[in-house]
Amino acid sequence: MTLALPPTASSAPPSLQPEGWLRYLSFSLDHKVIGLQYLVTGFIFYFIGGALAGMIRIELVSPMSDFLQRDTYNEVLTLHGTVMIFLWIVPVVNGAFGNYLIPFYVGARDMAFPRLNAVAFWLIPPAGILLIASYFIAGASQSGWTAYPPLSLTTPAAGQVVWILSVLLLGGSSIFGGINFIATVLKMRRPGLKMMQLPMYCWAMLGTSFLVVLATPVLAGTLVLLSFDILAHTGFFNPALGGNAVVYQHLFWFYSHPAVYIMVLPAFGLVSEILPVHARKPLFGYTTMVYSILGIVFLGLIVWAHHMFTSATPPWMRLFFTIATAFIAVPTGIKFFNWLATLWGGKIALNSAMLFSCAFIVHFVFGGITGVALAQVPFDIHVHDTYFVVAHFHYIVYGGTVFVVFASLYHWYPKFTGRMLNEDMGRLHFTLTFIGFNLCFAPQHWLGLNGMPRRVAEYDPQFTLVNQISSVGALLMAISTLPLLINVIWSAFRGPMAGDNPWNALTPEWLTSSPPPVENWKGPAPLVTHPYGYGVPEGQIDLKGASGKELWTSGS
Amino acid sequence: MLLVLVGLWVGQNVNMLPVAASSNAPLYDQLFTVLFVIGTILFLGILGLLLYSLIRFRRKEGDLGDGVAVEGNLQLEIFWTAVPAVVVLFVGIYSYDIYDRMGGMIPLSDPHAMHGGMAMESAATGPSDSMPPGMVMAANVPSAVEGAEVRTWGGIGGSPGSSSGALPVDVTALQFAFLFHYPEGDFISGELHVKAGQQVELRMEARDVIHAFWVPEFRLKQDVIPGQPTILTFTPTRAGSYPIVCAELCGPYHGGMRSTVVVHEPDAFDAWLDQNRPATVASAASGLSATG
Ligand SMILES: [Cu+2]
Ligand SMILES: [Cu+2]
Repeated sequence: MTLALPPTASSAPPSLQPEGWLRYLSFSLDHKVIGLQYLVTGFIFYFIGGALAGMIRIELVSPMSDFLQRDTYNEVLTLHGTVMIFLWIVPVVNGAFGNYLIPFYVGARDMAFPRLNAVAFWLIPPAGILLIASYFIAGASQSGWTAYPPLSLTTPAAGQVVWILSVLLLGGSSIFGGINFIATVLKMRRPGLKMMQLPMYCWAMLGTSFLVVLATPVLAGTLVLLSFDILAHTGFFNPALGGNAVVYQHLFWFYSHPAVYIMVLPAFGLVSEILPVHARKPLFGYTTMVYSILGIVFLGLIVWAHHMFTSATPPWMRLFFTIATAFIAVPTGIKFFNWLATLWGGKIALNSAMLFSCAFIVHFVFGGITGVALAQVPFDIHVHDTYFVVAHFHYIVYGGTVFVVFASLYHWYPKFTGRMLNEDMGRLHFTLTFIGFNLCFAPQHWLGLNGMPRRVAEYDPQFTLVNQISSVGALLMAISTLPLLINVIWSAFRGPMAGDNPWNALTPEWLTSSPPPVENWKGPAPLVTHPYGYGVPEGQIDLKGASGKELWTSGS
Repeated sequence: MLLVLVGLWVGQNVNMLPVAASSNAPLYDQLFTVLFVIGTILFLGILGLLLYSLIRFRRKEGDLGDGVAVEGNLQLEIFWTAVPAVVVLFVGIYSYDIYDRMGGMIPLSDPHAMHGGMAMESAATGPSDSMPPGMVMAANVPSAVEGAEVRTWGGIGGSPGSSSGALPVDVTALQFAFLFHYPEGDFISGELHVKAGQQVELRMEARDVIHAFWVPEFRLKQDVIPGQPTILTFTPTRAGSYPIVCAELCGPYHGGMRSTVVVHEPDAFDAWLDQNRPATVASAASGLSATG
């Protein structure tokens, strides 16, 4: 395929860049290679993080601390959180799909800064290895992914410092990526392509990248100060030396609440690409979708203290953050109703990509409802730092984002590899994941309401049965990765050929071969002004009356 | 409509919470029921809509056509912007009201803390002897706290000094236990004993790292942060023993950092207090009280 390139285009790079599968182990500048590097690396860390989760769920089968050492347990839960957030979800929904898709969507041949892009990726494996290795060498961090001082100042210093170093590297990677996405979307658009003609994922990544660029440096600065406290015995966050532990929490959550949107907004964008294709309908309400993304970005930056309702925040602050937080439900609600309206009246293919997307809607709506409840101070005071919160955010990041990652894998795999995934295996994977996930996390809401705090290795024996149910769910989730792995590996070699455009989609990544050539299109980049131009003219089905009534009953 | 009925039924009949044993627990449970009903209605509504769409509009075998090309509908979009906005506004105001009744908003009476219409509302009713809510305000408030140099950080319902007749207990949280010091008898207990119907004022301090004092049956939780003495007041209402749980990760034995709060009937409480006075158990208690 590369033979088709005009020999003058780039004569030096091809000789330096390896060909074939070796590209994926190299410092490649091709955004598609980098995207897949992110994806595969992310999945490796997903399995590591999953194994850590498995250890937690095994420990919690019995109410005694009997499976892991107590400090090992805290290391495991810290690593689980850190790996899943910084090495799996953020790199995959941003780095993997962003790098693969954004240049296609803006009609560019690569990202704005290909070299920075490669650097951003290559920061991840060393950071990840460093983090995991800290467990074997000096003992990993034990203070949770939140690393609240003074606990993080009193737990073994080596593990904590390595943790900080690793998160700093990952944060740097994330910032480089964010800058690149902003520049690519704003400056690399093909002439003639307007902002309001971009596929929704571009808007999602633009919003996300602004959050990344604004919030991540704050985390970085905070962690540097924390490392001073540990290594140089400064007293920024150490009350014993006149510091203030709550200031750390403010700074930490100033990043880590937006981090939720850094993990979730790209998923919103991906779903907005997948649903129209498999429902054969235009994306409903493009303009309101764009504005709701911008609304979420803005609100996402001013709600951080809802994580601190029990940590001696002044009451006016509690009130403000309650209201701001609850109002995120408005732009988010718009998106969900628009997706439902996208499905309404379509010709929906119930394939794996669609099933995972719909399960995402169900889980996220559920997690959103518990989220609005958690935003209410009096409600939060009871369930803060309990399993209710654990259940809530797993519904958001696993039931939401990770389900979208799976949906995206089924949707774009044909483009990545040129071969189709097996549908039956896909549906088996979906069924197992869906049942396992809900079995694992739904009961945890009850646990939290009734008195089980999070991050414990031992608990009141009255919670044993429900914890065991939850662990069975986790086991199902572990099993569900088998059909996925088998499917992905087997189909890469034996799957039926996909052709350029198996889904009959309109967005630009499908208007080239599968997998695409090095500079994306052999000819000029196509100008796609209607990325969602599906559908037959209106009037064949009387839609308005029916949908309005139906929606009315659901909303009242 | 059916949906609303189902939602109401679920809210009334599905009990997700432990028993309510303090005066603010019933308020909490009210809020919970309201949220539960609204949440159930919304969730089932959206789930129903989704499932209906998936079945009704699924692609038939061999049909390669497209759906209808509807790109949007401004009225509908405005409608479903309004629905969550109204729900959220209602929930927000309602939960504010609940929080106010729990006593959480008291310091809003401070003129510096003006914050929209809601603050005005409580400014009219708020007592003046509230605790200092923050650095700026601390100077303006005639503090009623003993030893006014120590800034006290509020928990819920905390207005120190205002609650005459409250049972004071000094709580020290450390890895990995809570210690309860009773100034009235000058002794230390590993369990919290309180009297049903009498307000309790916990003056909390942490020795080493952050802990959180949580009694699920009281629906109360307060972080105990080193360097920030915190006051938490509540009124237990129902006799019995309930767990005290540390809710903030504080180290390897965090999960084991549990204790018990025993709510006595009034007579039994006095008896318990007498029993534990240093005069009665001289040796053990006085030895311990040195650490208090
Ligand atoms: Cu948050
Ligand atoms: Cu503790």
